[in-house]
Amino acid sequence: MATLKINGETKDFDAPDDMPLLWVLRDVLGMTGTKYGCGIAQCGACTVHLDGQPVRSCLLPVGEVRDRAITTIEGVGATAAGAKVQKAWLDLEVIQCGYCQSGQIMSAAALLAATPNPDDADIDAAMAGNICRCGTYVRIRAAIKRAASEA
Amino acid sequence: MSFTHQSPLVSSRRKLLGAGIAGGLLFAFHLPVRGQDKPLKVSDVSTGPFAPNAFIRIDVTGKTTLVMPQVEMGQGIYTAIAMILAEELDADYTTVALEAAPPSDKLYGNPAFGIQATGNSNSVRAFWMPLRKAGASARAMLIQAAAVQWKVEPSACSAASGEVIHAASGRRLSYGALAEAAGRQTPPADVPLKDPKDFTLIGKPLKRFDTPAKTDGKAIYGIDVMLPGMKFATVASCSVFGGKVGKVDDTAAKKVPGVRQVVVLDDLVAVVGDHMWAARKGLEALNITWDEGANAGVNSAAIWDALRKASAGDGVVAKSTGDVAKALAGGDTIEAAYELPFLAHAMMEPLNCTVRLTPDACEIWIGTQVMTRVQSEAAKAAGLPLEKVTVNNHLLGGGFGRRLEADMVAAAVRIARQVDTPLKVVWTREEDTQHDVYRPAYRDTISASLLNGRIAAWKYKVTGSSVLARWFPPAFQKGIDIDAVDCAVDMPYDIPNFHVEYVRAEPPVPTGFWRGVGPNNNVFAIECFMDELARKAGKDPIAFRRDMLGKQPRLQAALDLVARKSNWSDTLPARAGRGVSVQPAFGSFIATVVEAEVDERGEVRLRRVTSAVDTGIAVNPDTIVAQLQGGLIFGLTAALYGEITIANGRVEQSNFNDYRMLRIDEVPPIEVHVIKSGEAPGGIGETGVTAGPPALRNAIYAATGVALRRLPIDKEAIAVRSKT
Repeated sequence: MATLKINGETKDFDAPDDMPLLWVLRDVLGMTGTKYGCGIAQCGACTVHLDGQPVRSCLLPVGEVRDRAITTIEGVGATAAGAKVQKAWLDLEVIQCGYCQSGQIMSAAALLAATPNPDDADIDAAMAGNICRCGTYVRIRAAIKRAASEA
Repeated sequence: MSFTHQSPLVSSRRKLLGAGIAGGLLFAFHLPVRGQDKPLKVSDVSTGPFAPNAFIRIDVTGKTTLVMPQVEMGQGIYTAIAMILAEELDADYTTVALEAAPPSDKLYGNPAFGIQATGNSNSVRAFWMPLRKAGASARAMLIQAAAVQWKVEPSACSAASGEVIHAASGRRLSYGALAEAAGRQTPPADVPLKDPKDFTLIGKPLKRFDTPAKTDGKAIYGIDVMLPGMKFATVASCSVFGGKVGKVDDTAAKKVPGVRQVVVLDDLVAVVGDHMWAARKGLEALNITWDEGANAGVNSAAIWDALRKASAGDGVVAKSTGDVAKALAGGDTIEAAYELPFLAHAMMEPLNCTVRLTPDACEIWIGTQVMTRVQSEAAKAAGLPLEKVTVNNHLLGGGFGRRLEADMVAAAVRIARQVDTPLKVVWTREEDTQHDVYRPAYRDTISASLLNGRIAAWKYKVTGSSVLARWFPPAFQKGIDIDAVDCAVDMPYDIPNFHVEYVRAEPPVPTGFWRGVGPNNNVFAIECFMDELARKAGKDPIAFRRDMLGKQPRLQAALDLVARKSNWSDTLPARAGRGVSVQPAFGSFIATVVEAEVDERGEVRLRRVTSAVDTGIAVNPDTIVAQLQGGLIFGLTAALYGEITIANGRVEQSNFNDYRMLRIDEVPPIEVHVIKSGEAPGGIGETGVTAGPPALRNAIYAATGVALRRLPIDKEAIAVRSKT
C-alpha cells in the first residue's frame, strides 16, 4: 500500500511502481475525470498537475510521484486559476463532446497560474499539446483570454 | 443513463411507456442545471401521472422530464431537443430534466431512417415537427384539464413557463397540479403549433445542458463506467483485415502482476486484469501467431489501381438531364479526376464497451449512436432474447460515424462470455486506429464544357465503396448509393446538360460513415473543379459561381455575404491566396472562404476562415456557430494531414504521432456568420467538414497556381523547387 496526495487529500492505493498515474487515478481510485486518449503523451487528455506543473499522467509512473501534490480535474476548481478557467469555459460555451476538455482545462489552468496574462504565443506554447477532435480551439483561445481578464 | 457517477437510478420505463419498450430498465440521469443539482429520484421518474407521449413526462410536483431520442456526442442535440419540446410545451425550461431514451425503434426511431440512430446531421431536421407536435399536444391536454376544472373554454386559457393561466379571472395552475387530470385527457388529433414569431426559446443562444459536468470531471462517458467487482480488458485483433488467431503463448502474460485471464477467440485475443495497465502489459507479453489470411498482400498502391480501373468503366446513372454527350462535344471541354483517401475517425474517447453478463441477462454500458443495434448485437453475441438486454447509453467522447457501428459490442460480449465478472473492454488508441471502419477512398471524375463563360455540360462519375449498402441495405436501390452521390445529384449550379454516374467498388478495407459522409467527396470534387473552370473561363471564382446560382437564392446570399466578410477582393502577399466553396448540403446553405499561405517548402499556414450559413431557423444559434467552427477544423485537419495507408494488409498509422491532428497553434481565426431565416431548420454537424477542404485547396490554387487533385495536400507539389 502506498499513498498519494490528490486534490489536498491523502489516498491509499495498491499498484506497481511502473503503473502510470493515469490508470491509478481511473481504474484503482475511480477518479475518471482524467481521460485516456493516446497513452503516448500526444493528445493531452490525461493532463494533471504535479506541484502545479502540467504533466501527462499516461506516461508518468506512479512510483515517481512520491509526495508531490497532484491536482486533477475534480479538484482544479479549488484553485483560483482553475475556477476562472472553468467559468470562462462555460461562459463562452467552449465544450462540445467534452472528452478532451479535462486536459484542456488543466493545461489552461496551469498556464494562467504561471502566466496571468498570456498572449497568443503563450497560449500556443501551453495548449498545443492538447488535441481536440471537435475543434474547439477558437473558443479555447478566447476563453483563456476571458479567464485572464477576470483577475 | 447517468451523467455523473452519483446519480444512476433505475426506473421502470415499461410501466411508463407501455409494451413498446424492449429494453426494460433504464438509468435515468439528471443534468445539473442552474443551481438545481439534486439527482433524479426513483419516485420522480416512476410516479409521473402525465406521460402523453414518449418524449414528455410530468409528475405531480411539476417535475418535467424530457426524453432524448438522439444521443449527445458534442453536437448540442440534447439542448436543441429540450428547447424544441419545451418551446411548444411551454415548460419551465430552467427546471426540465433530461433522460436518454431506451432502445426502441418504434418509439424513438429516427424519422429519416426508421431506426434509432443519430447521424447525417438530421436530428433537428427529422425531429423538428414530431417534437413540436409532442410538446404542443401535451400543452393542449394540460390546458384542457385546467379548463375543465375552471369550467371555462380552453380557448380562454394560455400556458407559460409550466403554468396554465386563465387571464380573465387571473387563475393559475401549475403543470404539476394539473398532471393527474391531464393524464385523463384524450390527446388532441390535431393541434396548432406556435407561430415562429412567438417562440421564446427557439432562436436564442441558450446555454447547453451537458457542459457544466464536462468542466469538473463529473461527466460520465462510456469509458468511465465503474461497476462493483469489475475487471478491465484490452484486445488485440489481427493487424491484417480478416486475419485469425493462430497460436497464443500466454506464459509470460500470466506472470504480469494484475493479469487475471487471457481470452482467446477465433479473431481476437483479450487480456483481463485488475486495471487497464495490467491488461495492456499482459497483452504486450503475449506471443501471438496470426493466420493473416487472404489480405496479407494488400497495399495502398493496389487498392488505388483497382479504384482507378473501376472508375474507368461505366457506372449506374444517378441523374441525367439534357444531352451531355452532344454538349461536351460542342464546347471547350476540360476534365479532371479527384481522389480522396481512407480516413480514420480518431474520436478522443477510444472504443470501449462495458458488459455485465449473467446466464439470463446482459447489461451494456456504452456511448453509441445506434441504441437498438447495440441491443441486437449484444443479444446475438450473448445468445439471449432481445428483451433480456439492457443498454445504458452515455455521453459520447466523439462519434463522427464510428459509433454508428456495434462491432465493439459484439466483441465485448463475446469476451465477457468467458469471464465471470463484469467487464470493461477498452481498445487502445492503436487498436482503435487500426481496426476502424474507414471513410471510403473515392475517385471522382468530372468533365465539363464551357460556352460563353458558363458551364454548358457536366458529366460527373463517383467511384468508391458503398457504406450505405452494408449499413442500411434497404436504402441501396438499383446500384446507386444515394449518400455517395448526394451533392453530385443535388447540384446547386444551373447547368443545362447534366449527368451523374455511380460506380460501386469495394476495397479489401472495411469502410464506414465518417463525419461529412457522402458530401465529403462530392463537395470537394465539384468545388475544386469549379475553380479550374473559372480559371479556364478567365473569371473570378466567386463571380463565376454566382452567375450559375440563379436558382439558389439562399446559396447566392451566403456567397455574397462571405465575399464581403472575408474581404475577398483585398490584395494578399505573395504565395498567399483565398479559396471559396459553396454547398447546399444537409439542408443548409453555406459559403466558405479559406485564406492560406504556402511557404517555399510547401508548408501550408491557415490565415483566416470565414463562413456564411443559412441553416433555416437556427434553434440554438450559438450551437450553429460552434458546429461550423469545429466542423471546419475537422475537415481542414483531414485536408492537411489525413490519410490511412495500407501495407502488407495492415494500416500503417497507429496513434496521433503518425495520424496527425490540427492543433491550436495551427488554427486561424474562424468567423461564422449566421443568416437569419424563417425556413425549416437544416442540419449543421457535418457541414463544416465538407466546406473546409475545397476552400483550402482553392486557396492553395490561388496562392501557387498548382491545381491539387488529391487529399491530403501534397507539400512536394506546392513547394518552390530548387532550379539547380
